[in-house]
Amino acid sequence: MVPEANPDAARPSDETVDVLIIGAGASGAAVAWSLAETRMKILCLEQGDWIKPGEFPSNGRDWEARRYADFDISPNRRERDTDYPINDHDSIMKIANFNGVGGGTILYTAHYPRMHPSDFRVRTLDGVAEDWPIDYWTLEPYFAENDRVTGVAGLAGDPSYPPHQPTLPPVPLGRTGTRYAQAMNRLGWHWWPSDIAIATTEYDGRGKCINLNHCTPGCAQGAKASVDITYWPHALRNRVELRTRCRVREIVTNEEGMAAGVVYYDPKGIERFQPAEVVILAANGVGTPRLLLNSASSRCPDGLANSSGLVGKNLMLHPWPMIFGYVEEEMDGDRGPQTVMWSKEFYETDPSRDFVRGYTLQFARGTGPAAEAIASMTAGRLPWGADHHRIYRSLFYRRLLIGVACEDLLRRAQSRDTRSRPEGRPRHSGAQDRLYDWRKHPAHDGARHRSRHRNPGNRRREKHRLLPHRAELSGSPAGDRAHGRRSQALRRK
Amino acid sequence: MVSDAPENLTFPEQHDLRRLAGFMVPASTEYGVPGADDDAIFADIVQSLGRDRDDVRTALTILREIAEGDFAGLDDAKAEAAAMTLLGRQGPMITALGRAVLQCYYRDDRVLRALGIEPRPPYPQGRVLEHGDWSLLDAVRGRPPMWRDVDGRGG
Repeated sequence: MVPEANPDAARPSDETVDVLIIGAGASGAAVAWSLAETRMKILCLEQGDWIKPGEFPSNGRDWEARRYADFDISPNRRERDTDYPINDHDSIMKIANFNGVGGGTILYTAHYPRMHPSDFRVRTLDGVAEDWPIDYWTLEPYFAENDRVTGVAGLAGDPSYPPHQPTLPPVPLGRTGTRYAQAMNRLGWHWWPSDIAIATTEYDGRGKCINLNHCTPGCAQGAKASVDITYWPHALRNRVELRTRCRVREIVTNEEGMAAGVVYYDPKGIERFQPAEVVILAANGVGTPRLLLNSASSRCPDGLANSSGLVGKNLMLHPWPMIFGYVEEEMDGDRGPQTVMWSKEFYETDPSRDFVRGYTLQFARGTGPAAEAIASMTAGRLPWGADHHRIYRSLFYRRLLIGVACEDLLRRAQSRDTRSRPEGRPRHSGAQDRLYDWRKHPAHDGARHRSRHRNPGNRRREKHRLLPHRAELSGSPAGDRAHGRRSQALRRK
Repeated sequence: MVSDAPENLTFPEQHDLRRLAGFMVPASTEYGVPGADDDAIFADIVQSLGRDRDDVRTALTILREIAEGDFAGLDDAKAEAAAMTLLGRQGPMITALGRAVLQCYYRDDRVLRALGIEPRPPYPQGRVLEHGDWSLLDAVRGRPPMWRDVDGRGG
């Protein structure tokens, strides 16, 4: 049994706030901004730092190397002192995240697709997963508002979506986009310039894109929208308080079982209690269940909000296989934003195919000289030795890259669980989250799968219990593999 | 040029790595580029090992095993054969070794200029991106709606 957390325990205590937000990433920023006008006393605790524009890799000659170091998408490789390690050895997909003001939006390509109306009716239309209790049109005004605050570039008229008007002009096609477009037109397949969260003109105090290319590891120009430069400045101007390097350990509940505040470690590592009337947990798909599980008490021995036992289960990530191709003529390479356009040709269910639902094709430009060499070496395309230079010159600036943005609609027997160490202390204490993917362990998977589907009654009961909790665990920037999606508050997976 | 700081590679490790790097990316008069064993490039490699240092050390240990203990003492043909045997293997240490060499080689001024690239960071000057041929979109503009109107809201 986990001992009861005591708000009155001997530790420094801060003044009670009306709203306490845990995490300054996409969701935390959006909720801080949306509540700011209420004039309530709002505080956000963030375990990471502000990232200054001068800190981003594209300021220096080592700009390509740093994406494999302190700006790597994996916290396990990045190893900042503001990160916490995540053991994903047992997961087919690896974690990508960033801990800091802006969260996962610091490290993403700024690809910004909306969901489609059919995404909300997956059970009814296609017999997979579950329907949402809301529809596209309920969210549409919020998509539009998020586009406005973010500054989304694109082009109206895409036949693959309900009509909407992106805020800013599209990113240029360039040589690479033109090449893709010619090929797609020959095939008769759909394509359209992507909605992309990059300022193609000066916008809301941000400079316009100057084609640094290095979008994913952060934009020194500030043209790529990340919530530290979109939502947060507005929220701070409205007197929301944001404290960095404050790592929350657990949420404390009162006698009524309501959240009463949090225990956290301040920048000096001192344990403190922050009382609050309302606690909003926005710590991504791994951090959120970790804190709920760490908040176990005698009233909630299995963790907070976990009467179903589903906290930390059914995490959905973002599969994104890539296809490379090389052409003879020189393409854009690293001279422009990575994302160019998308195709929804295979997005919606087509009965003539042997699968339901589908995927987005995401068309990208190339990379810089070192990244091209490293990627091609890893893939076995670029040899060592005498032929290295000749082969390299047939690859450099000639790359086409198509990403396949898939869904991760797991069968329940294939769930991906987050299992947390109970203490959740700062990293020097050895706290580590573990991601466990049942698909990597078919023996377990088979047993779970058979037992769950043998009795239809069990399945119906399970469905009933699953619904209220899915939204809580989904929407994980941790799973985005650095490919941008809408704010967590507005998205499903 | 070489350093024997405790956090760095030992002198023998550095000598082996330098010889190995020269086989990985050799100098070329045809393309007008130095090899990865060039003084400046190799110094950059050694100083920039960072998170890959342990894997590179492991790779060098295996290289010495392949060379039966004395990679430095092999003649060129045998040394190159040992190097290629190592590089033909799979695994994270080989990836790390390659990354450590290539990330420095392809930021050297002479190498970049030989590729026609101005050696500078992307910011603050940025780069020029052609606008492209937007008339290609005409083939798609006229298409009927492709999204499924599941809520009866019309296209």
